[in-house]
Amino acid sequence: MPPIDYASLRLLWWAFLGLLLIGFAVTDGFDLGAALLQPFIARTDSEKRMLLNAIGPVWEGNQVWFILGGGAAFAAWPPLYAVSFSGFYLAMFLVLAALILRPVAITFRSKLQGAGWRRGWDWAFFVSGLVPALVFGIAFGNLFLGVPFRFDETLRVAYEGGLFGLLNPWALLCGLVSVAMLAMHGGNWVALKTEGALARRAGAAASWAAMALVALFSLAGLWLAIGIDGYVIQGSIDRMGPSYPLNKSVLRAAGAWLDTYGTHPWTMAAPAIAYLGAGASLALHRAVRSLPAFLASGISVAGIVATAGISLFPFLLPSSIDPRSSLTVWDASSSPATLFIMLVATVIFLPIVILYTGWVFRVMRGPVTAEAVEREEDTLY
Amino acid sequence: MAELDVVELSRLQFALTALYHFLFVPLTLGLSVLLAVMESVYVMTGRAIWREMTKFWGTLFGINFAMGVATGITMEFQFGTNWAYYSHYVGDIFGAPLAIEGLMAFFLEATFIGLFFFGWNRLSRLGHLVVTWLVAIGSNLSALWILIANAWMQNPVGATFNPATMRMEVSSFFDVLFNPVAQAKFVHTVSAGYVTGAVFVLSIGAFYLLRGRHREIARRSITVAASFGLASALSVVVLGDESGYTAGLNQKMKIAAIEAMWETETPPAGFTLFGFPDRATETTRFEIHVPWVLGLIATRSIDEPVEGIKDLVATAERRIRNGLTGYKDLERLRAERAQAVPPEMQEPIHDLGYALLLKRWRPDIGNATDEQVHQAALSTVPDVSVLFWSFRFMVGLGFYFILLFALAFYLASRRELERRWFLRLALCSLPLPWIAAELGWIVAEYGRQPWIIDGVLPTFLGASSEPIGDIWFSLIGFVLFYSTLAVIDVYLLVKYIGLGPKQPAAPASNRLAPATGDD
Ligand code: HDD
Ligand code: HEM
Ligand code: HEM
Repeated sequence: MPPIDYASLRLLWWAFLGLLLIGFAVTDGFDLGAALLQPFIARTDSEKRMLLNAIGPVWEGNQVWFILGGGAAFAAWPPLYAVSFSGFYLAMFLVLAALILRPVAITFRSKLQGAGWRRGWDWAFFVSGLVPALVFGIAFGNLFLGVPFRFDETLRVAYEGGLFGLLNPWALLCGLVSVAMLAMHGGNWVALKTEGALARRAGAAASWAAMALVALFSLAGLWLAIGIDGYVIQGSIDRMGPSYPLNKSVLRAAGAWLDTYGTHPWTMAAPAIAYLGAGASLALHRAVRSLPAFLASGISVAGIVATAGISLFPFLLPSSIDPRSSLTVWDASSSPATLFIMLVATVIFLPIVILYTGWVFRVMRGPVTAEAVEREEDTLY
Repeated sequence: MAELDVVELSRLQFALTALYHFLFVPLTLGLSVLLAVMESVYVMTGRAIWREMTKFWGTLFGINFAMGVATGITMEFQFGTNWAYYSHYVGDIFGAPLAIEGLMAFFLEATFIGLFFFGWNRLSRLGHLVVTWLVAIGSNLSALWILIANAWMQNPVGATFNPATMRMEVSSFFDVLFNPVAQAKFVHTVSAGYVTGAVFVLSIGAFYLLRGRHREIARRSITVAASFGLASALSVVVLGDESGYTAGLNQKMKIAAIEAMWETETPPAGFTLFGFPDRATETTRFEIHVPWVLGLIATRSIDEPVEGIKDLVATAERRIRNGLTGYKDLERLRAERAQAVPPEMQEPIHDLGYALLLKRWRPDIGNATDEQVHQAALSTVPDVSVLFWSFRFMVGLGFYFILLFALAFYLASRRELERRWFLRLALCSLPLPWIAAELGWIVAEYGRQPWIIDGVLPTFLGASSEPIGDIWFSLIGFVLFYSTLAVIDVYLLVKYIGLGPKQPAAPASNRLAPATGDD
């Protein structure tokens, strides 16, 4: 038996999953944001290449946060991985198509000269940023509404409703929050890593996005408080019990998604950070190539993801058609042994990853200039 | 239970996307190491031509790598999207190596690949060399972890069924890690990747020599490829044999099917070199039989029997009946909300997976008829002809690669590489390692059927309960999308091979002129 009790392990793994999602949103988020801004801020071929090369050396490592998020969900929260990936089947397929397109678009675009070739990949690149940003937001939105799934006794899962059920106004609002958030962050990155007109446009786009974000995020908060029923576990749940979701019962209650902020007021730090970061990003952007503005938007992104996770807590994935099937932190995890082994692996390797990632960012510091893009025609993208 | 058509389409989709992913994987595995070797020579000798070589093969590597990453993400998604019940049932064990792969391997290769391409002018020579090696180590580590996961599906050690959660849970992570099947698989698969990289470099080098272009770079590349390839090809064959050994220990049915061995032979069993397996009559027509060989491969002895298909079906039937006892025990345990299986019930519940095979015929398997039990036992026989032939082609190619590289090595050491017949042969060998590797996966995975986890969970139970329209949509989407990408990828590779290594006409200030020009 592992030296940490099951309930604490579950709580830790809930925090780790959040951490990985934040890692993804903060690092790969700026790559996605840069991609979805590309048609609006990069005009000439040289500017497009500057933008590509601003993310060129790092996007690949950044994307692993997402892959690891999937892997960690599989290992630590198997039912969550199973239900969310199969329940959002077509939405996942769209994200997947975008994520397949992205590496190819980035790597292939500048390998040949033809204008048609490059224009095609520019489109692909734009789509590969926009679609995941939008779909992830929409998927998160649907978590608050509950997903139409139920388990049978053997924990086989069945769904009702398809792709179009996901496209309701609330979820679309969440999709827009996500797009604005990543546009802000991506704009700041491009402003930081390039120069000239491109950097100026990127900074301006980041500011517009930050303002949109503040408005949309507030609207979403309001809507969540008054317009959407939350889920609560009825009675007590055994936090050390086996991971068998059907043992509990769950109720729907108005305003319940804000309960955690009442019982643990310190969790309000998360939305506060989201606002502060966005505000600071706005305030700091004027100086072109502003590292503080980029860091501020990163903090804001982290705050927004944390807000979503904390609001849902202890739910991971509520079920709208059979609430007791809902997955929660207390009944959807792996066994204590697996959680413990994975904890050890994470504690050893994640710091190492962060160290060498930091080193790579340092080696690649400094802006991508128009001159460098032209000079190094064949080593840069 | 998922509909059967859903299962079939999901299998088809998994097979197509996995085989497609594995078009790019072996080249990444092999070429990353070759790049590291070439760059090491550059750093040790300081001769700029070795750097140009590294950069040239590096460009081709980059094009391939992008496709490898793109198609790998599909694989990671697919366990959740199409195999939801599988993910629930074994995620506790299977998820861990996958997550550790991300943590230990993908981060390493993906983070340093950026520096490999962008760091030439920002790092010292040694610094860049270290980066290249880290990329190679990262991709090899990723193969290790994914194959630990895959080997567990072939030989599910270190796990027990938990009635309270209705799934398999880890009992010994150590056993999962040090699964003998994983070790054999890792060495065999990684060596296969090295062979692929070596053949790629050899063939394209031969192409340049045939055209009389880029002679200096081509000759050096071939020399590296020949020695690296010879070692790898030997390793594939010797350790392919190891794979056969471990398969013999835990997947007797697979070995029997590979050999189309219907009856148990008196030891040591013979090896059927050629023949036409016929499932209907359970015989192999026109067989050419080599005595002793199979027994040696599969059991490493001359007196242990290698069981034949008919006997293995009888064993399966016994295990199904035993599993049915386990199934009834389990129903009782669940009624009592037990959290573990008491020792006296361990043995029958161990065969639960066999009882689950019956779900294909009826949901209430406790009432299965004798006829249905027999049918289920017969369903444990995989497709004999496919395995028989795939295996023989793979093995044949394995021996061919040894000859090819031995020849290349011999000619290179005598400085007689530029013989046109040899260069043509080398060029024509380009597709062969991919064919061998794909056939290898077909043997390993198709040969595992009807199990998704050998003896634990039948494939048809592992699938998600998706609407069939969704799966048609994604399957057709993949086929169209992947075909387009394949065309673009090949076009780009051909274009870059045509362009050849850079001949810096006006070397940038930070670039050394090449030691020798040619073309
Ligand atoms: C023997 C080796 C091997 C095998 C059997 C597989 N892969 Fe793979 N995979 C690699 C070897 C590899 C690699 C060499 O590490 C790749 C290929 C090219 C590349 O860029 O990295 C890769 C890339 C790759 C990526 C992208 C990683 C990144 O961003 O760097 C993912 C998510 C997966 N794979 C996942 C899978 C899954 C879920 C598989 C199981 C079905 C699988 N791979 C089979
Ligand atoms: C990239 C190399 C691989 C190739 C080429 C490959 C090939 C295949 C093929 C041909 C099938 C279809 C068999 C059938 O349905 O008849 C299959 C199925 C499957 N394989 Fe693999 N496989 C690979 C790696 C893996 C790995 C590493 C894993 C697990 C870690 C895995 C897990 C599965 C699963 C879950 C299925 C679906 C169930 C099934 O139909 O058996 N595969 N694979
Ligand atoms: C004499 C030569 C060879 C022998 C005896 C051999 C043997 C085997 C066996 C028994 C398997 C199945 C393992 C299982 O069921 O899990 C296998 C799988 C495989 N083989 Fe081979 N093989 C040979 C040559 C090759 C060559 C030349 C290649 C490619 C260049 C190759 C690539 C593969 C791959 C990729 C797999 C699937 C992964 C695995 O299961 O290890 N093999 N081989």
